[in-house]
Order: sequence, then C-alpha cells, then structure tokens
Amino acid sequence: MGRYIARRFLWTLLVLLVLSFVTFALTRAVPGGPFDREKSLPPEILKNLEARYHLDEPFGKQYLRYLNDVLIPRITARKPTPVLEEYLINIKLWNGYYFRWMNLGPSYSSRSRTVNDIIREQLPVSFQLGVAALTIAVLIGIPMGILAGLKQNTVWDYLGMSIAIFGVSVPVIALGPILVWIFGVMLKWLPPTGWGAKPPYILFFIPRDLSWNFWRYVIMPAFALGLGQSAIIARLTRASLLQVIREDYIRTARAKGLPERIVVLRHALRNSLIPVVTVLGPMFAAVVTGTFVTEQIFGIPGLGKYFIVSVTNRDYPVIMGTILLYAIFLVLANLVVDITYAWLDPRIRYE
Amino acid sequence: MSESSRVEALRTALPQRRKTASLWADALYRLSRNKAAILGGVLVLLLTLTAIFAKYIAPYPYDVQDRPAANAIPAWMLSIFPMMKPYAVISDKFLLGADYVGRDMLSRLIYGTQISLSVAFVGPLIALVVGTIYGLVSGYFSRWVDNIMMRFVDLMYAFPSLLLIILMMAFFRSTFAQSEPGTFAYTMNKIDERFGGMLFIFIGIGLTAWMGTARLARGQVLSVREQDFVLAARAVGASHLRIIFRHIMPNILGPLVITVTLAIPGYITTEAFLSFIGLGVNPPTPSWGSMISEGSQAIRTYPPQAILPALALSITMFAFNFLGDGLRDALDPRLRGTQ
Repeated sequence: MGRYIARRFLWTLLVLLVLSFVTFALTRAVPGGPFDREKSLPPEILKNLEARYHLDEPFGKQYLRYLNDVLIPRITARKPTPVLEEYLINIKLWNGYYFRWMNLGPSYSSRSRTVNDIIREQLPVSFQLGVAALTIAVLIGIPMGILAGLKQNTVWDYLGMSIAIFGVSVPVIALGPILVWIFGVMLKWLPPTGWGAKPPYILFFIPRDLSWNFWRYVIMPAFALGLGQSAIIARLTRASLLQVIREDYIRTARAKGLPERIVVLRHALRNSLIPVVTVLGPMFAAVVTGTFVTEQIFGIPGLGKYFIVSVTNRDYPVIMGTILLYAIFLVLANLVVDITYAWLDPRIRYE
Repeated sequence: MSESSRVEALRTALPQRRKTASLWADALYRLSRNKAAILGGVLVLLLTLTAIFAKYIAPYPYDVQDRPAANAIPAWMLSIFPMMKPYAVISDKFLLGADYVGRDMLSRLIYGTQISLSVAFVGPLIALVVGTIYGLVSGYFSRWVDNIMMRFVDLMYAFPSLLLIILMMAFFRSTFAQSEPGTFAYTMNKIDERFGGMLFIFIGIGLTAWMGTARLARGQVLSVREQDFVLAARAVGASHLRIIFRHIMPNILGPLVITVTLAIPGYITTEAFLSFIGLGVNPPTPSWGSMISEGSQAIRTYPPQAILPALALSITMFAFNFLGDGLRDALDPRLRGTQ
C-alpha cells in the first residue's frame, strides 16, 4: 500500500508540474500584454509596470518564479509585499511564523485585487453549492440504484432507470432554466435566483445561518447540478449490485440460512458499492465545471460565475489562476479517490 | 507477394469472415427489437436530415433581425405562458416566437441542429480514428514503445479534460484572432470564421476525445495479438501494417464502436457548455448552448427563449442515449444493464 501511494503521489506531482507549465505557457502566449488598454500607456510607465510584475524577465525565469509562487509551500515570518505577494493559504504556526502556500499573483484587470482575493471571496459559495449537489447526487443515486438492482425487472427497476436516463439526458444548462421557470417563476415556491449565505463562514464554507433562508436558495441549483450525477451513480450501483448478487459467496450466505436482510446489507451491498468509488473522480470534475453554468443560470455569486465573466472579459490571469486552482483540486481529489479505491479493493494495487 | 495473396485467399476462405458478418446481422436484429433504440435512431435520423436541409426547412435566415418583433410570441403560446399576456408583443409571423433582437426562434433552433449534430459525428470520428490507431500501434509494438505511448496517455488522462478544453479555447480565440495575414494561425482563424467557430470546437474536443479509445484499443490488442491467427499471419510473412489493419483491427472494433457511441451525448453537452459560456460558436451562428445562455437572462419575462433550446438539447440527448444504450446491448449482450 505504501509503495502504491508513493507511486501515485509522484505521478500526481508530475501531472501538476506539466499542468502548471501548460497553463503558464498559454498565459504568456496570449498576444497583447496585460496592460493593453484602449489608450496605450507611455513607454516609461509600461516599462515600470513590466519590471514590477517581472514581465521583462526571460520566459524560463518567469516560469520558475511562478512555480515557486504557486506550488512551493513556505514557512516564513516575513510580511508579504502587498498585491504582488499574497497567499491563498495562510496558517499561523508560532510567534510570527506562518505557513503560506499558493500565491496566484495579481489580477491585471483590477489593479488593487489579487487572484486570491477573488478566490477567497467567491470560492466558499461555489463550495457550498458543490457540496450540496454531491450530497443530493449520493442521497438520490445510491438508494435508487439499490432499489432498482434488488427489484430487477419490476416496476421499481423500470421507474428508477427511467429517472436515470432522464438524469443523464438532461444536462444542467437545459434543466436549470426549466426548473427556474417552473418552481421559481410559475409556482413561486423558491427564489429563481440569488444566494442566501453571507460570510463569515465556519471552516471556510459552512455559513453560520443554516436556516430556511439559506436552504431555499440552495435546493434548486443543487438539484439541477446533482441530478445528472445521481443518475450515473444509480446506474452503476444497480449494475454492480446485479453482478455481486450472482457471486458464489452470496449463494453460500443464503445456503447457510442467513436472513435475506443480512445477505443484502452485509454481503451484497458492501461489495457492490466499491466500484461506485471510481465514479467519484469524474463526478468531482463534472460538479466543479457544472458550477460554472449553474451559478450563471441561478445568479449565484460564486467563483464559477466569476470565472465565466472573466472568460467573457478575456481577463487571462484570472482565467489561468482559477483553472490552475480547479485543476489542482481535481487532480488531488483523483489521487484521494484512487488511494481509497486501492484500499477498498487490494487487487488494484498490484495492477 | 504470392504469399500475401495466399494469405488473402485463406482469409476469405475461412469461415471467420462469415462469422463476423453474422455477428453484425445478429446485432442489427437485436437492435431492431429494442423499441427505445429504434425511437432514438429515428430521432437521430430526423435530426440529421434537419441539419443537412436546414436551409430549406427553416422559414427565415438565422441572423435576420426584425427589431419591432423582438421578444414576440405567437398567440397559441399564450396558453402555455399566460403570464406573458400583459407585456409581450403578440405576432403570428414566427411560429415559435422571436428572440431578444427579433430573430426567428424556430429557424435558429433548426440551424442549431447543425452544430450539435456535427459535434455528435465529428467527436466520435476523431476519437475512433486517432484513438484506434494510437492504441493499435501502442499495443502491437515492443514494450518500450508501448510504455512511452501509454505514459503519455496517462498524463493527458489525469488532466481535467473540460478545463483543458476551456484553456485551449480561450487560447485559440485570443491568439488566432490577432494573428498576421499569411501565417498558419491566420488561416486557421479564417477557416474557423467560415464555419461559425466550429473548427476550434472540433479541435478542442478532438484533443481530449481520443485518450479513452486509445487505452481501450491497446488493451484489446494485447489480448488479440497473442492469438493463433496473428501468429499464422506472421508465419506466412505478412507485414506489420497488414497484421495490424487486416487481422487485429476488425477483431477489436466492436467494443470501440460501443464506447465511442456512448460518448456522443458527452460531446454534445461539451459543445453546448462551451457555447453557453461564450467560448463556443461565434455569434450570430446559433447553437442551443448560446441560445439557452441568452434566453436564461430573460427567463422571468420571456421563458420560451430559454426553454425551447433546452428542450431541443434534451430531446437530442435522449435520442443519442437511447441509441447508444441499444447499440451496446445489441453488440455486446453481456454488458446489458451496466454503466
């Protein structure tokens, strides 16, 4: 197990390195400097700005600087320089020493803010939405899959799988507007747009006020985002359960006279849920990218919405910074999923 | 030469070829008994015809604006959207109403099939051609070629693919748009403009689509190449190319076709997603994704503008999902009900 984790970890580091290089190279390859305005700046000022942001250095040096800023965590007592040096993660250790990590750099479009400022303000909202969507996906998907699998070829199976095919066929961008129209505009049960949570948050993202005022904004977007994922989980759970239930050890369990409830709960379910772990990686990715459009449709002030706005405004440092952040998150999530899977199913380790 | 022609003679004489044909005939029979798959197939056929003959079916061009009729809805739609009665412009000129600048919704929906359907066909094509060739080469040749090629796939696979596509699209859209005439980038940008922004979508999807197929193809090759008929082909002196394409490829195509078909709805959503966030087609080319994006901004006042393209997108997704599931069950009954 140790060797497996080590190998996977090194591989993840390599992926992150390549990823950061691609992101950085593409940022620098975009024509027109970050200070292109309709009215061009005097050359002296431009020169000063470029020197300040280290844009006058050779490409290789700039990349190493970027890498140093973004990927290398540091423990320091030094005060960061404003705007240029601003870390996403600041953890106070002891007398004046801080653990600092991830300086994604300044946003060129709004001079007073850094990419981190933007992330810090908007990421918690996206995180709330994502967690709610994943919860809905699991809470609907797994019971639906189990029910369909246990009662194969009954009305439950057909109903469950019909909902599942609906879920995989109607993408968020189609389901979102339809939900807004039905429940937000026509029936007026839920607010069509907006978000109820306000900072400060507990543990970076849990709002203090978990009343109906928070939930009524969450339900619709989380459902729109989670339904497709729950359909995938339900289909996989069902298929896996159908496979497990035909195994010899299930027959043995039945043969030795165990009650059906024990056979299902202790022998079948536990093993049939192992393959479901494998979809968690792609599911995280789908939910993260899903937040971009969900937040746009439901008018939620999260990072995804801001990301789309910066795409429309061609604000490249923000685009690249956010993409890098999302990518780091997803690659690390995949690592965790892989390790969990290898731990649950030892055969994977020796592949 | 005479050896390879003898191999060919042997091959045609062997019952294997007839068996392959009966496998497909068998699959077709199973497919024809699956009602959902037939429905999906018919819908896909209709959508394809709509896309091909959009110019003749659509009552208006997709980009002509009738400003006075902006946001108009026809009288029959008032029964579905009664809340629009007090403020909407009611006009029967457009069968499904007009969008925010007075373009015919129906025509734009019809032209929208061109984008979605071409992605639905080009995506799997790239995945199949590039992925299969890559997998064949990787699986057939020596260990170190295989190792290098597969590590590259692993690396690409570890990237969150949609993020990679967004990054690429942002790059294409900015760099290529500002290129000098005469350069490669300039030509690419001109071609892209000619197709309403579809070229870059194809490239973006193509760059990430082939990896899954390549992995699958390699795995299949590894099991097929050890079989006796490959050994026999090698013994009579068939070239590598011949063994790969005449002996191995026909035997691994089935699972590849299934995977690629099942991936089609994914390509359609990717395109709709890209157009929704403004990195897909160039306006005024209509894509369902960009139409939903525009429409959802006025969802409280003019709901049909978002709901109609949302329905069109969902119906297309249903069609391809039904067809894909049916094809999988038909070609490989052992997989029935999985995934």
